[in-house]
Amino acid sequence: MTMSFAHVLVLAGGLSYERDVSLRSGRRVLDALRLAGLDAEQRDADVTLLPLLTSTPPDAVLISLHGATGEDGALRGVLELTGVPYVGPDARAARLAWDKPTAKAVLRDNHLPTPDWITLPQETFSELGAGALMTEIIERLGLPLMVKPTQGGSGLGAHVVREASELPAAMVGCFAYGGTALIERFVTGTDIAVTVLDLGDGPVALPAVEIVPANGVYDYTARYTAGVTTWHAPARLSEEVTAKVAEIAVATYKALGLRDLSRVDLIVDAGGDAHILEANVSPGLTETSLVPMAIEAAGLDFGEVLGKLVQVAIDRKS
Amino acid sequence: MTGTTLDDYTDRYAQRVKGMTASEIRALFAVASRPEVVSLAGGSPFVSALPLDAVGEMLGELIARNGASALQYCIGQGDPALREVICEIMALEGIDARCGASPDDVVVTTGAQQALDLVARVFLDPGDVVLAEGPSYVGALGVFQAAQADVVHVPMDDLGLIPAALSAALEDMAKAGRRVKFLYTVPTYHNPGGVTLPNERRDEIIEICARAGLLILEDNPYGLLGFDTEPLPALRSRVREGIIYLGTFSKTFASGVRVGWILAPHAVRDKLVMASEAQILCPSMLSQSAVTTYFTTMPWQEQLKKFQGVYAERRDAVLSALDDFMPAGTQWTKPAGGFYVWLTLPEGLDSKAMVPRAINNRVAYVPGTGFYADGTGRQNLRLSYCFPPPERIREGVRRLATTIEEEQALRATFGVAS
Repeated sequence: MTMSFAHVLVLAGGLSYERDVSLRSGRRVLDALRLAGLDAEQRDADVTLLPLLTSTPPDAVLISLHGATGEDGALRGVLELTGVPYVGPDARAARLAWDKPTAKAVLRDNHLPTPDWITLPQETFSELGAGALMTEIIERLGLPLMVKPTQGGSGLGAHVVREASELPAAMVGCFAYGGTALIERFVTGTDIAVTVLDLGDGPVALPAVEIVPANGVYDYTARYTAGVTTWHAPARLSEEVTAKVAEIAVATYKALGLRDLSRVDLIVDAGGDAHILEANVSPGLTETSLVPMAIEAAGLDFGEVLGKLVQVAIDRKS
Repeated sequence: MTGTTLDDYTDRYAQRVKGMTASEIRALFAVASRPEVVSLAGGSPFVSALPLDAVGEMLGELIARNGASALQYCIGQGDPALREVICEIMALEGIDARCGASPDDVVVTTGAQQALDLVARVFLDPGDVVLAEGPSYVGALGVFQAAQADVVHVPMDDLGLIPAALSAALEDMAKAGRRVKFLYTVPTYHNPGGVTLPNERRDEIIEICARAGLLILEDNPYGLLGFDTEPLPALRSRVREGIIYLGTFSKTFASGVRVGWILAPHAVRDKLVMASEAQILCPSMLSQSAVTTYFTTMPWQEQLKKFQGVYAERRDAVLSALDDFMPAGTQWTKPAGGFYVWLTLPEGLDSKAMVPRAINNRVAYVPGTGFYADGTGRQNLRLSYCFPPPERIREGVRRLATTIEEEQALRATFGVAS
């Protein structure tokens, strides 16, 4: 089948906290695919989806859903069940990457650098006593700390803790978004995002994007308000560090069994060492998102890249 | 090498838009549009209660018979025929010729929201003070903020604005040398408070303002949506001067027509008309014609009773669910009309911080902070009962109660209060 005749279903929306971001990503993807000459339509992942997939299956699905469903492997499992090809990592890899502590454990087993952490559900704090447990955490991991939900993105529920007195409020803020918290040693340095792309010839790292939020924290406002954050693509890193960061990003991609397109978030400390924070199987594709910037910095066209990924997905099935 | 902020205009924006950024809370509300979520957040009128077939027929005939004028521009002040209708409607709340109300002093607007904006344009300079109930309608706060005015809140209790607090606020402003331009008030079935100012307090408020030479901006979107009593006479019905009155057809007919109005003193009216012409040239003649036709040819009083019945049933559903499910320490107002209940959470809880948990439990509300210009209101939230059917309202309140209990348990674990 030639790509220009492919009918692509872009899935966006969903029931997650990131519905708004997802809808914006989906709209952008839809426009880019149409400009690239594909027949694309956008749908929400709701009760109308399965009947559509079975009655008039598209040639491929492009998942622009963020948060659970889109990233936890569930929807990918359904697509595999129905035999509809889709762009992006398979259900197993998505499940692995979606749960941040599990992904970190895999990275550590593969000797890839990721900050020390502990994963704790809310119940453990109430059972063992929050005060004593928080004291122990600070003693073992030190300050500053990053507290975030084990699942989800867009900086929702994430808090930097610089003083011990800030930890209880950070835990409360984190648990509002999910029942389990990842408490991680906070690495001071430069925020970097590396897009890893595989158009069928093996994964390659696109130019790293450097993130410089105006107030120092890359939170929801800094991510989605144009004008609040400065992005540098390619990142202002030495050649040596650039190569190292690219190598680590591709190694992360391979260790987690990702495919097609993913984004790896890292911090580069003052000594030039990179620390992996997480990998995203369904990265944001909005006007202010990092993957489109990386694609542009690589001299590629966003729509053409998406079109090629669609073709890769279709070919994979056949 | 320079980076990009993806916004080349940052140094050109007007001062008043500098604080406008992406909001985590606003983004979370995107989920409220999904049917799985019981939304007690939005204040959309239940327009499905209208006889839609008959309204459709009415609109078809309107175009067939009067299309040439309905699809044309009109004068900036608004269609004279509609202004006559507006005076008939206002008379139901005591605003008639006896208190000097005349179609000549009515300015038709694109919803009452444009009316608010026009009043702000005509009266407010940056740094002026507007007194407003605390809490206050979020749309009005946005307008006053855009006009770069400072809103000073005057507390309410279960009977609405507290007269003594108004006097105290006026004294404070005088001592501080601040110029107060007007008092913004929603005296009947308050949004978001759900409370109504009784007759005695209406007289007191008018007297205090008259003594201080303070203009009153009376916003009355819900006055005809009372459940238990006849409409209370509006503030404007009690005096001929000193009050600018705002009305709307959004709740008595349909919010989609976007037709509201201002009843203003003569001199002010001229300025409002000129400001409106500069802003929108004229209100939609199609919408005005639809409203005029509806109120002159359809049984609108019967329909109004139907609306009152629908909303009363929903008010009963929310109040009984609150009684049944809410944990100890939660308080709420008991509206006699309108769309809203104002809820006060148990000590130490934060309605804004609780939003993600609520969304996760598939219920949405508006955190109280949105109804204050000064960041207070964290312990409060607004529940709208106007749109979901009674059984969904009950389920939504049950989910909210679960959310509150979970949040209480979490905060108790960590010893954190808002």
